[in-house]
Amino acid sequence: MADLAVHTPDTGDHGHDDHGAHHTSTGLSNNKMAMWMFLGSECLLFGGLISTYMLYRGRHSENLGPDQIYDIPFTSVSSFVLLMSSLTMVLAVSAAAQDDDRNTNLWLTVTALLGATFVGGQVYEFTSFYQEGLGFTTSLFSSSFYTLTGFHGVHVSVGIIMLLATVAMVRRNRIPGQKAEVVEMVGLYWHFVDIVWIIIFTLVYLIPS
Amino acid sequence: MSTTTEHVEHAEAETHGHHDEHSTHKSTSYYVKVTLILAAFTALETTTYWWPKSAHTLAMVTLFSMMALKFIMVVSLFMHLKFDNKIFSWLFYSGLILAVLVYCAFLACFQFFSS
Repeated sequence: MADLAVHTPDTGDHGHDDHGAHHTSTGLSNNKMAMWMFLGSECLLFGGLISTYMLYRGRHSENLGPDQIYDIPFTSVSSFVLLMSSLTMVLAVSAAAQDDDRNTNLWLTVTALLGATFVGGQVYEFTSFYQEGLGFTTSLFSSSFYTLTGFHGVHVSVGIIMLLATVAMVRRNRIPGQKAEVVEMVGLYWHFVDIVWIIIFTLVYLIPS
Repeated sequence: MSTTTEHVEHAEAETHGHHDEHSTHKSTSYYVKVTLILAAFTALETTTYWWPKSAHTLAMVTLFSMMALKFIMVVSLFMHLKFDNKIFSWLFYSGLILAVLVYCAFLACFQFFSS
C-alpha cells in the first residue's frame, strides 16, 4: 500500500504539466537527461566524421589540398560569429530563467541571426571551393571535408529552426510546462554545435597537413 | 502518511532544485568576460597559422591547449555542466571518451593493417 502511495505522483505526471514539475525516480528532469544522452551520442557521430577526415586529409591532388584552398581569416571570422552566438544563447537562457520573455525572444532571435550568418559563410566557402575545382568526389580529402563540415552545417541549420520555433512558441505562450527548461534544452544543443566547431576549426583548418 | 511525507520531500527537493538552478545563472558581465577570454583564445589560435615552421611544435601545443580550454569553458560555464548534477557530466563525457577511443581504434587499425 505504501508502495502504491509512493508511486502515485509518477502516474499522475500529466496532472503536473501545467507547472512543468515532473517527479522522476532520479529527481532530475527527464528532458534534460535525454538531451545530455543525445549530445553524448552526437559526440560519437562527430568523432567518426573527424576521424575519417584526419585519415584522408592528405589524400588529394597537388594543387587542391588544405594548404591551397583554405581561407583562414574568413573561417576565423565565422568562428568568431559562432562564438558570439553562444554568448547570446546563454543570455537567452538566463533571461528565460528570470521569466523575462522580451529579452528571451530578443537574444534567441539574435542567436538565430548569428547562426544564419555562419551558415551563409559556409555556403560561400563551399561555393568558392567548388569554383576552384574541389567537388565532392574530387578526392578522398574533399569527400571527407564536405561530409564533416556539411554535417556540422546541417546541425547549425536545425539549431536555427529550433531557435525560431522557440521564439514563436514563447510569443504565443504555447510552451507546455517550464519555459526556462525548453529554452535551456535548445541552448544545450546550440552550445554543443559550438563546441564541435571549436574542434573542427582547430583540427581541420589550423593544423597544417 | 507515507504519501504526505513523500510529497513534502518531493516539494522540498524541487524547491532546492529551483534555487540551485537560479544560482547557476550568472550575470551578463560574467558571460561577456568568458566570451572575451574565448575570443582571445581563438585569436591566438588563428595567429599560429602564420608562425614560422621552426615553431611547429610550439604551435601544436598552443593549438591543442587552446582547443581543450575552449571546449571545457563552454561545456562547464555556458552549458552549466560545472554547476549541474554529476549524472549529466557522466552521460556527456562517456560519449566523448567513447568517441576518442573510436578515433584511436580507427587510427590503430589503419596503422597496423596498412600495406
